[in-house]
This record gives sequence, structure tokens and C-alpha cells, in this order.
Amino acid sequence: MSFAEPLALQSGASIRGYSLAYETYGTLNADKSNAVLICHALNASHHVAGVYAGQQNSEGWWDTMIGPGKPVDTDRFFVIGVNNLGSCFGSTGPMHPNPDTGKVYGADFPVVTVEDWVNAQARLLDGLGIQTLAAVMGGSLGGMQALSWTLQYPERVRHAVVVASAPNLTAENIAFNEVARRAIVTDPDFHGGHFYEQGVIPKRGLRIARMIGHITYLSDDVMNEKFGRELRPRILRAGSSGDGPPRDAKAPSGGSAVHDVTSVGAYLYTTQDIEFQIESYLRYQGDKFSEYFDANTYLLITRALDYFDPARHHDGILAKALAGATAKFLLVSFTTDWRFAPRRSREIVKALLDNRRDVSYAEIDAPHGHDAFLLEDARYLGVVRSYFDRIAAEAPSPSGSGPGWGPA
Amino acid sequence: MGAGMSDRLTMQSIARLVPPGSRVLDLGCGDGAMLDYLQRERGCSGYGIEIADANVLACVKRGVNVIQLNLDEGLSMFDDASFDVVLQIDTLQHLRNAETMLLETARVGRTGIVAFPNFAHWPNRLSIARGRMPVTKRLPYQWYDTPNIRVGTYKDFEVLATKNRLSILDSYGLQEGREVRFLPNTRAGTAVFKFERG
Repeated sequence: MSFAEPLALQSGASIRGYSLAYETYGTLNADKSNAVLICHALNASHHVAGVYAGQQNSEGWWDTMIGPGKPVDTDRFFVIGVNNLGSCFGSTGPMHPNPDTGKVYGADFPVVTVEDWVNAQARLLDGLGIQTLAAVMGGSLGGMQALSWTLQYPERVRHAVVVASAPNLTAENIAFNEVARRAIVTDPDFHGGHFYEQGVIPKRGLRIARMIGHITYLSDDVMNEKFGRELRPRILRAGSSGDGPPRDAKAPSGGSAVHDVTSVGAYLYTTQDIEFQIESYLRYQGDKFSEYFDANTYLLITRALDYFDPARHHDGILAKALAGATAKFLLVSFTTDWRFAPRRSREIVKALLDNRRDVSYAEIDAPHGHDAFLLEDARYLGVVRSYFDRIAAEAPSPSGSGPGWGPA
Repeated sequence: MGAGMSDRLTMQSIARLVPPGSRVLDLGCGDGAMLDYLQRERGCSGYGIEIADANVLACVKRGVNVIQLNLDEGLSMFDDASFDVVLQIDTLQHLRNAETMLLETARVGRTGIVAFPNFAHWPNRLSIARGRMPVTKRLPYQWYDTPNIRVGTYKDFEVLATKNRLSILDSYGLQEGREVRFLPNTRAGTAVFKFERG
């Protein structure tokens, strides 16, 4: 959907002539009361569920959660996925031309915040003719947007489902973002953010940014369980990061005699080649990411994470910030998530309690760290399913709506 | 939770202690049946606290606000006197920090209501007299697998409440859903206390 009118941004800048990519699932009922907006996190998009016909591995990023018969049941709800401004999956972003100059934005793309995204999403809903959301839902940075919706447009949100999120980032969390940003910015191929015209991509920076991200999305336990100290299988080992031809499986580097050490698996005694499986995993994830993700988008989105802090204009008191929220809330966190730890979700719960708002909170004992919010876990999916069943049951009874709509 | 407590009469009796329209915090709310009842029948609002995943799910299904917390970690999330009533129905006996949680109940609630199995109920005394720990409908566990790690009596609670300067507003026993106000320490399987900070 294209928007000609300028959108005023938190920074004081504005952006005009932009477009937002979005997808919808299910059917909007007659009184438009069954709309659910899904907000995405760092590297996701408007493609939240389902597959593209004829495309392998094209499942939406929250396909475990959203779809026909799933916890967020698209047989009952009209689900909207939207790609945020500044992202790189179809909505206007740094790789697109600035209508004011005719040149690609690059590093000049305006800094956007969670609040700006919510304002842009609200305009999209206006365009779709939807006044009120049955629910707004998101995980991580998406959860921040869901929370912000209840503050910026309280009258337009009946329920907010905030998963693995936080009321702001801690210093440690900002620190991780900063390392990732510095990796990108200091890549010689970054060219101050104007790399598009140079015909290069700062892939090295993107790879490292993604590697550090991945470390923080997992838990120590799950990483040990998945990779432990396991060595990369010799057959796959190569001279240089897996790119060159396989080396003789028996030859350690240096030394004159070759011992038979296959029983425990021999070290390569190399400082630069992949030795451990975890290295292989991180490099693979980094490589994959650098192929599709935009460097300027990474900077913008991590900055939006850093800036989000609704309590900032309320003496740092979250309860004051949430006083205006009227939605009902479901919050979910995961015990092993240290990037968006349960205690951060509890802060939101407490602020809602202080304001006497309706809130339920599930703290799921899952081993997968922050990643858990994207994975299948019966307890997690069960709570969300039950919550959405309630939303469906309490909705104003629509006339002439699609099948399956009714009391749960 | 306990078999006897699922009794509707018992729930109704305890619910009568909760003033209509109260803001209620139910510690160890189980499947949310009590809060659901208080919301529907007495116009109350509030939250349940639960640790068990299945109970959290049951509460969400009922539309009862539930917060998944371990009560052994205390009630730091809740401000002083932030609720009209704090309930501990068949919860106290499961808590390692039972005395602390009793004080926390009195801190967070303007009134507290506690119900727990009365170990001095006569069949329990009889069993002890025979030399065996009681296994009854109310206390259905063997001594080695019971989750009731803080077994006490109606009288014991009076002593604990006095020690902690709680004033008892009402107290009685419950047996088969009937209120027992004469010799409750002997005649009732469940002890019920309504109290406030003294």
C-alpha cells in the first residue's frame, strides 16, 4: 500500500511517498471486529504464515502460530502481517530512492522508531478500513510494537499479546546491538552506508552481526546440547572455512608422523579454519543472512530496539507510561531467554497490575532461549490458542461472518 | 486442589467471606474456579497466581487473569494493600516459606483469607494414636510423597497469627462443605481464617 502523505517521525524528520508491504490471511468479518495485526522483529517480514505456491521453504516466520486451525486461527481471525518501514522485504527502505532527491536513501534513510512503525501500521489499517483490532501481537521487538500500540492507539486495540519482549533494552542488550552495528559500519564495503552505488555489500559486517545475534538468541544449554564441543566432521573439513577442496582426512597440520587418533577425533590445530560445529553453524547462519539482509536496515532496526522506552517520558516509571493502556494483555516469556529475560516481562506485568488492567502472564520453562518464541512448544501454543479462543468468544457477534466464528 | 476443596459448598462458604466487588488476589488459584465464581457471582475482579502450566492454561481458558509465578519467590510484584482480599486456599501447606507468605498476604491484602487442611481433625488424631500418619480424603497422600509440607492445626494457625500480630476477623472449620463453629479444631477437616494486619 502506497502512502503519498508525509509521515511525521519521532526524530522530527518525516518520510513521504513510501509504501508498506503486507499480507492478509482469513476473512475480515462484516463488522470488522476480527482483525489481528502481527508485528515482526528484527529480521522478519510481512510473510507471517502459509507458503508461497511453488516455493520451497517459504513458510511464514510464525507459521507454527498462525494459520487455519492454528493458535491464531485464520479461519476465525483476519490476520495482517506488515513489513516495517526501513526493512528490506518490500516496504520502503534504505535501498529505495528518496523521492526528494531521486537518489537511493542509503545511510540517509530517516531513523525510525517503534512509535513510528506503529503510526505507519495505523495508517495501513486506515487504508484497509479497520478501526479496531481484536488483537495486536508480536514477539521480541514485535512485542514492543504491540505494547506501543496500546499506548499510542488505546482505543483501537482490544487485546495485546506480547511475547518474549521487554519495556526497554538493558545496557547489555544495547551493547550487543552496538557490536553488531560496529561490525557492519567498519566493514570497508559499507562506504558510510552508500554501498549500493559502489555495487558492493558489506557482507563481512553482516555475517558477524548475525553471528553475535545468534549467540544471544540461544541458551547455553541448548547450544551445548545441539553442538557441545563436537568437531566438524572430517569429511566436510576443508582448507579454508569450508570453501576449498577437502583435505586429506588423516593429515594434521605440521608434525612428521601421522598418529591414528580417530577414536576421539583429531584437532586440526588451526586457528582460522572451522574446527567446532558451533563455528560451522554460526558461519553458515552469517553467510545466509548476508545474502538477503540489508546492512542499513540492520542498523535502523537495532536502533529502534535501543530507543524504545515508553517510560522515558514518565520519570522512568513504567506504570505511569502504561496508565493510558486500556487493552487486555497476555504476556509470555521463556525461562532461558536471557536476551529478553522473564523479569523484563514481569516489569510490564507489574506496571499493568499497578494500573489494574486485565493481564495474564505465562512463563514457559523452555530450553531454547529467545528463539523459543518462534518454536513449537505445546504449553506456549496452548496458552496463546486459549487466549485467542477467549477473544473470539467475547467479540461482538457479527452477522454474516465467515464460518467457525462463535463462542469457543 | 485437595479433594475436599473442590466441593462447591466449600467454595461458596469461603466466597461469602469476600465482600462483593472486591479486588482479589488468589495465591495458588489452581484452575481459576474460585476467581471465576467470585467474578460471576460477587462482581469481584482480580488475578490468580499459579506455578503449574496446566492450571495457567485452565485459567486462560476460563478467562481468569492469571500470572505464572513461584510463590516461594515472594510477592515483590505487589504493592502494600493493593488488593482488598488476598486468598490462600489450600496453598499455605505447600509453601516452604509459609510464615513469610502469610505476612506477605497480610501486607498485600487489606484482608487475608486462608484455608488449609486441619491436621487436628479427629480422624487424623485417631490415625496418629494408632501410630500411623493419616491418609484421608482431605489428606490423601502418604507421608513420603505428600506435597503438604506444612501440616498444622486450626489452633496452630491461631498461635502463628497472634505471633505475627494479625487480627483474626473470623474463623471457623469446614467439614463436607458445612461450617463448623463449635470445636472446629477437632470437628473440621479444613480450617478457615479471615484476618488483617493488627
